[in-house]
Amino acid sequence: MTDTATGGTGAASRNRDSALTRFLRATEIDSRILGMIGALVAIWVGFDIYSGMLRPSDGLFGGTFLTARNIWTLLVQTSSIAVMATGMVLVIVMRHIDLSVGSILAFVAVVIGSLQVFWLPQLGLPIGHPLIWVIALVCALALGGSIGAIHGALIAYAGIPAFIVTLGGLIFWRGASWAVIRGETVAPMDKTFKLIGGGISGTTPGSIGATASWGIAFLICAGIVAGLLYGRKQRRKFEFPLRPVWAETFLAVTGCVLVLGATYVINRYYWPTGVVNRWAEQNNVTVPEEGLDISFGYALPVLIALGVGIVMTFLATKTRFGRYIYATGGNPEAAELAGINTKRLTVWVFALMGTLAGISACISAARLDAASNALGLFDELYTIAAAVIGGTSLAGGLGTIYGAILGALVMQSLQSGMTLLNFESAYKDMVVGGVLVFAVWLDQMYRRRLK
Amino acid sequence: MTTPLVEMRDISIAFGGIKAVDHASIDLYPGEVVGLLGHNGAGKSTLIKILSGAYRRDQGEIYVDGKQVEIYNPRDAKALGIETIYQTLALADNVDAAANLYLGRELMTAYGTLDDVAMEAECRKVMGRLNPNFRRFKEPVKALSGGQRQSVAIARAIHFNARILIMDEPTAALGPAETAQVGELIKQLKAEGIGIFLISHDLHDVTDLADRVTVMKNGEIVGSAKVNEVTQDEILGMIIAGKCPPNATPGPGAVNL
Repeated sequence: MTDTATGGTGAASRNRDSALTRFLRATEIDSRILGMIGALVAIWVGFDIYSGMLRPSDGLFGGTFLTARNIWTLLVQTSSIAVMATGMVLVIVMRHIDLSVGSILAFVAVVIGSLQVFWLPQLGLPIGHPLIWVIALVCALALGGSIGAIHGALIAYAGIPAFIVTLGGLIFWRGASWAVIRGETVAPMDKTFKLIGGGISGTTPGSIGATASWGIAFLICAGIVAGLLYGRKQRRKFEFPLRPVWAETFLAVTGCVLVLGATYVINRYYWPTGVVNRWAEQNNVTVPEEGLDISFGYALPVLIALGVGIVMTFLATKTRFGRYIYATGGNPEAAELAGINTKRLTVWVFALMGTLAGISACISAARLDAASNALGLFDELYTIAAAVIGGTSLAGGLGTIYGAILGALVMQSLQSGMTLLNFESAYKDMVVGGVLVFAVWLDQMYRRRLK
Repeated sequence: MTTPLVEMRDISIAFGGIKAVDHASIDLYPGEVVGLLGHNGAGKSTLIKILSGAYRRDQGEIYVDGKQVEIYNPRDAKALGIETIYQTLALADNVDAAANLYLGRELMTAYGTLDDVAMEAECRKVMGRLNPNFRRFKEPVKALSGGQRQSVAIARAIHFNARILIMDEPTAALGPAETAQVGELIKQLKAEGIGIFLISHDLHDVTDLADRVTVMKNGEIVGSAKVNEVTQDEILGMIIAGKCPPNATPGPGAVNL
């Protein structure tokens, strides 16, 4: 048994490879992902240094960007687009596109907004009833999923191109959301529902606090280690080449350090003094002289996005559903000839996309504490951009869930960074648009060089 | 006389008024190789795609083991043991060999997830028999050479206990050595009692490997003959002029001279 990852390469060619190539091969890390992480780090450090030059603060490099508070906010802001981007990857992999997600988001948001503010109280559920957020969430998923399924059926069975169906959807559902609330803004949302957005409702935070955050972090670390061990066991069982032990160790240590480090940073963001005082008053706690540090911990929308990312990765890589999506994207005719029902698959993929838009509708409405027909405007474009920046190919067949989430994070980092630096919004849009084109160009160059 | 493995009777299909296949009948016995010949557009591939479930016929009947069957889609055909190697190979280019081998028939773990490791292990075994030089199991099949891709397509067709194998231009993309390898494989499969429809442009291929030939022209069957009872010139005459020689059984497309 050889000790390297690929059995096919001879010793001669191995010696010619650079240290980086050997490292990537041994660890089996996708070099494009490494590039994206590099870009992300560069953006973060760059913004922190630059903002520090304008206005020194307590960030890692003396700026305002790499502070616990900003990182926490950044993750919350990313979650809505990240959730939808995971679905957009699969849509694009299948050689389709979904232009309607922003409008679906708005429509779902105004419906569940009206539901919890007007309709449910009329039916006898008092405002603030703990069932309200559950009903709203379930309705959002069902409604988003149904709209997506209708789009999918029109694409698969009526044979209308996805671009047209979802372009129609983009206009239709935006109009429909205006019609539901006649252009008004429904606010505020229910007190418990609001927590989905991550904000504090009274003295109840929409985040899980320090202890639970550490708990989740250790769970994820255990998952990383268990996954690596299981993979190694499987490879040994079938006598496949194993990764060198140092590479496995490196992956485990890096993964755990990243997770624990992120948790440490997140837990350094504390409740504002006003809320702490109110909370202390209610619970008969005396606040010490130097103040009381209560950590926010991971915010609910971030955990939702994380959960969605894990579930979607599982769907994409470990189930027939995912395998068929990729195979269909690679060669629709071959998939059909292999006996895959590509039409039904199309309906499911769009239904899934709609469901995710429903989740994002809850996050966005809860975060804004209001539902209006302007919610999610241009979100379809940011979602597609996140997927594409994350390495999804518009030609179909290629793309990863974690890439899309990273893509969403890169885009949101740029926007937040420029906001911190007081860029005008016109220039922000110009930069984001430019980065999108630049990222795709870079990716194409990279792929061409691979060949 | 044994029952034919497959019999297609009086099959017709039209695409927008053009009769691609017109009242064609064809049969195949166990352990037999039937060569299907004809010009481009003669209707060979179309006729065979009706059998493999890619197209639905307008008219006619299909019998497998003497029993009438309905084939609505590729899944139905596969359930009857009919496997096809398409001219285009019909591989999903962006996934690896194991995923292609098991496409539509994935091995699952006890938890209902894809068992990629088991599929790759099985794929290594199959490819080891078919093409011992094949090593690139982790790469998408797009990165493979023509011959390697071909062996993946062949592996997929024979791995699942096919009883009826359809090979549409199996050697079109191959070099001489690989072509010889496919020839060996056909002989081996034939010895196992598998019936094979061999579609080819190459007359030599067909006369070397087939027991019978059936010639099509303009969607119609010109005639069928045992390979050793007709000359190559007579077969050419059938292909080009639709002229049916005395030793062949004429079909509806035969020209009366």
